Amino acid sequence: MTESSLADPSTAVDWPSDIFRVLKDWDVRQVCHVPDAGHLKLLTQCEDDNDIRTVTLTTEEEGVALLLGAWLGGERGCLLMQSSGVGNTINMLSLAKTCRYPLLMLVTMRGEYGEFNPWQVPMGQATRATMEAMGVIVLDAWEGERVGETVEAAAKLAFNGQAAVAVCLTQRVIGAKDFRALAEPKP
Amino acid sequence: MNSNGYSLKRRAVVAGLLADRGDDLLVVTGLGGANWDATAAGDSSLTFPLWGAMGGALPMGLGLALAQPAKRVLVLTGDGDLLMSLGCLATIGVERPANLAVVVLDNERYGETGRQRTATAAGVDLCAIARGAGFVATAEAREDGDLAELYRLARVAEGPTLSVVKIAMEPLKIVMPPRDGAYLKDRFRIALLGEDGIF
Repeated sequence: MTESSLADPSTAVDWPSDIFRVLKDWDVRQVCHVPDAGHLKLLTQCEDDNDIRTVTLTTEEEGVALLLGAWLGGERGCLLMQSSGVGNTINMLSLAKTCRYPLLMLVTMRGEYGEFNPWQVPMGQATRATMEAMGVIVLDAWEGERVGETVEAAAKLAFNGQAAVAVCLTQRVIGAKDFRALAEPKP
Repeated sequence: MNSNGYSLKRRAVVAGLLADRGDDLLVVTGLGGANWDATAAGDSSLTFPLWGAMGGALPMGLGLALAQPAKRVLVLTGDGDLLMSLGCLATIGVERPANLAVVVLDNERYGETGRQRTATAAGVDLCAIARGAGFVATAEAREDGDLAELYRLARVAEGPTLSVVKIAMEPLKIVMPPRDGAYLKDRFRIALLGEDGIF
């Protein structure tokens, strides 16, 4: 992914590894996702870990239900998705409110800080409001060096507080895609 | 509209599926008829009956099966719910949990909303879709003679399996399990994991 000049200079911080350490500290065993470029490094780390089952979903709402099943079976999990995917989870988030189980979601943002693609903007702008309308606690990470502690706070809140918690990793952290660079063929 | 041509009675089929279940069978039901059928067969702490979240039964069963590989996990749901989670057949087919079985109680109707026809009424073949997604065994039951194979796929065969039971449309009493999701979750975890399950 190409990072734009709008990216936080501290994206030099290895925040995906910071997230991975938090997931390991909390003994997360099931990581489910619809892939996003922003989660590429974290996903690779999860796939390489023998104690983590990485499940690729066909749509994000599966993840909300899958993590309830995992919790019923005694395992902690985490759902990784892009902000567009949040729109696919709305009715399934009813489970979080009625069953009050730990639901940790890490959302890589599109459609906000430096977005080039107008099709990403509607859901990106509605991501926080959508989740809050369904009772999810939403935290933002605007600086690479704050990602680890924000995810740690979210994990604590989710797993100890039996709450649905999302961390939005903003385009300032993950880097906004650059239209001109995308138009160039990749080597 | 009051007959779909099938004769198998859903309550009797589900009672058979859940007979002598013991502590090694974990059950997730989809919303509506499958929930009432499982409850009529006997409310259990190790059954998680959905009251909503349509399309959620399959992915819940997958998460549970991956977390508890030594237990048998049975997802019991209807054709309407299954049709809303067709993508999850692919998710399950990729993960291939050997301990997961899916049984679809298929009356070819949306039973809770006025018996509107579902896609299976037009011939959509859920077993074929499941096989294409990577399920290792599928079966369709239409009469009493098919039930032994149905029970084998649901309870003992290596999974993931998916079975479709073509059932009659019947007016049946709704038999309700507890309604509070947090209670259902806590009692399931305590029954499965012991008293620490409450944490």
